[in-house]
Amino acid sequence: MHNFFFAIFPYIALATLVVGSIARYERDPFTWKTSSSQLLRRKQLVVGSILFHVGMLVIFVGHVVGLLTPIWVFDAMGIGHGAKQILAVVAGGIAGVLALIGGVMLFHRRWTDPRIRQTSNFWDIAILGLLLAQLVLGLGTIFFSLQHLDGHEMVKFMSWAQGIFTFDPNAASYIADVSIVFKLHLILGMAILLLTPFTRLAHVISGIFVPLRFLFLRRGYQIVRSRRKAPLPHHDGPVPAARKVAGSKATAAE
Amino acid sequence: MRIRAQIGMVLNLDKCIGCHTCSVTCKNVWTSRDGVEYAWFNNVETKPGTGYPTDWENQERWNGGWERTKSGKLQPKQGGKWRMLANIFANPDLPEIDDYYEPFDFDYDHLKSAPEMKAFPTARPRSKITGERIEKIEKGPNWEEILGGEFSKRGEDYNFEGIQKQIYGEYENTFMMYLPRLCEHCLNPTCAASCPSGAIYKREEDGIVLIDQEKCRGWRMCVSGCPYKKVYYNWSTGKSEKCTLCYPRIESGNPTVCSETCVGRIRYLGVMLYDADKIEEAANAADKTDLYDAQLGVFLDPNDPVIIETARADGIPEDWIKAAQESPIWKMAMEWKVAFPLHPEYRTLPMVWYIPPLSPIQNAAEAGAIGSDGAMPDVRSLRIPLRYLANMLTAGDEKPVASALERMLAMRAYMRAKTIEGVQDEAIAARVGLSGRVIEDMYKIMALADYEDRFVIPTTHREQVEEAYDLRGGCGFTDGNACSTGTSKGSLFGGSKKPLKMPTEVM
Repeated sequence: MHNFFFAIFPYIALATLVVGSIARYERDPFTWKTSSSQLLRRKQLVVGSILFHVGMLVIFVGHVVGLLTPIWVFDAMGIGHGAKQILAVVAGGIAGVLALIGGVMLFHRRWTDPRIRQTSNFWDIAILGLLLAQLVLGLGTIFFSLQHLDGHEMVKFMSWAQGIFTFDPNAASYIADVSIVFKLHLILGMAILLLTPFTRLAHVISGIFVPLRFLFLRRGYQIVRSRRKAPLPHHDGPVPAARKVAGSKATAAE
Repeated sequence: MRIRAQIGMVLNLDKCIGCHTCSVTCKNVWTSRDGVEYAWFNNVETKPGTGYPTDWENQERWNGGWERTKSGKLQPKQGGKWRMLANIFANPDLPEIDDYYEPFDFDYDHLKSAPEMKAFPTARPRSKITGERIEKIEKGPNWEEILGGEFSKRGEDYNFEGIQKQIYGEYENTFMMYLPRLCEHCLNPTCAASCPSGAIYKREEDGIVLIDQEKCRGWRMCVSGCPYKKVYYNWSTGKSEKCTLCYPRIESGNPTVCSETCVGRIRYLGVMLYDADKIEEAANAADKTDLYDAQLGVFLDPNDPVIIETARADGIPEDWIKAAQESPIWKMAMEWKVAFPLHPEYRTLPMVWYIPPLSPIQNAAEAGAIGSDGAMPDVRSLRIPLRYLANMLTAGDEKPVASALERMLAMRAYMRAKTIEGVQDEAIAARVGLSGRVIEDMYKIMALADYEDRFVIPTTHREQVEEAYDLRGGCGFTDGNACSTGTSKGSLFGGSKKPLKMPTEVM
């Protein structure tokens, strides 16, 4: 059982995340969206959404960096395991509480506001519930982490996570003896990854790529779409009428 | 210089009777679906009034359109790219559906299914979002119809800026006009600029601004970016939608549904050639009253031989150049200068223009004084304050609007003299800087407004970009993936070897 959840399930979840997302993006891009409900009710959303998203983003980045950065990088930078553990507990704890407050506000709004409730489907509510449960579990792990402030418990999770990505056959055994709260947190986390392509969570993936494109790849603001195959030859001013007769024939021929 | 063509529209407000046929036919064609019940791609407002959505013209409140920063840079008023991304979790400038109205329907079935009762059965309203009973409808798509409501509310109208508006609340001085509104298909659209996904684009060949429904992710920055509030968020599909200028009709040379069905024949469609390289400079004019003239400077004379040759070199088809030469838009906006952009101060360079309405002479005594000697009434004594129209159409500059109204009055006087007295009075025409011949042309286009004079729409040249053979038996327009052709490019799942040629991005 342990082996299934921590050696096999991670690959199922990750494979589903990758293949499922590509499949949805390819086959049904019309369904790929944030499903914002701000238009229908502004109340509770502004504060709730900002707290929730900012908290979640900090946690997300923290987990990716904290779990997947090779241990020797931290050693080389001179960051002790204990220091990293305390950083993780403090930053993660604050962000987690913010996200939890925001998430509860959003859940309350979604559940009680008739406009939002009526226009929600099952997964809109379920995924928010799962994220809240995951936040509670994650915050719950802090009490266990506080008993291991030297960071050796955290190293187990780093070894496991990195083991998954390096196809280490013994990865699951590194976390065999951790508390059940950690294990539930991991299982639910992987389940959320698995559900991402099938729910509105897909917008998180856009959230990573859209700003990069918007900020760095798009020159200026405007977008014009052309049916032309080749871009127009550039000319700085009006074309002199005399010179153009031959040129315009070429354009017409194309 | 890069020449592009755009289908522009002019609405002659002098002839609008406020019948809402445009809105209703548009609604039936485009927005009679879940999620956009509240959306009217075309709506008609009674002015003065706060409009739909409420107070949309007030950009101090909604932050739509563009602003020129102190350093002279042009950026969306809701913020530059970083600022917009920072607001993506909760858009502070997004209207709530109550700013439009909560869509409703009535329990019509109750009228025939009600049991025998003492009271006559009624059809009570029900929300189209929640399905719950609405006890009292507090807002609708046209809540201020024909000056509905008290002046203290309607008087919030942004166009009263710089006007002592109190006297217009008095019965004797009250005035009204209709303002049909649709997407402006701007040369410098803020909606497109605001979209983080890059889903909104302007078409190079005809200037129509569209939202790619498969690329839209529902970040909803376009809704707040558009100063005309003509991008609507579909709460059911989670995507933004807007007026498409009925592009399937335009492509085949037909007028838009709103134009086709306009009983007052107030709408005109035609080609305008413009210089794409001048857009940014024009939108960034230092003074907001310069924006109208700056936009005129972007348009190119389709009768100038040099422009014609350059347009050909830039791939504008021959029939489009010819259409531009016959364009009623060109005549009204550029030759006669009677049409104006709606709120040029938003710096979007809109392409749906308006001819200001004439109105009765304010002072009855003065009204008696005119006519006999043929003197033209002062346009400042018209019932609708000149400043009000100028605030709407020229960022407050009264001169161009006054000149347009004078020309329209001159047209009436000249044609009256001609048809009733049989006199061709060139002096009337000369007084407004026109000739009798031009006035008769104005009369033909603006007053008679024959179908073929109103709509000069060249067909699109799909044969240049598509193989009709590949398209036969295709699916037509679909919502989503219901009739997937499996033609997405580079598909993992065995896409077609012969993908449809879709327009690609330039610039």
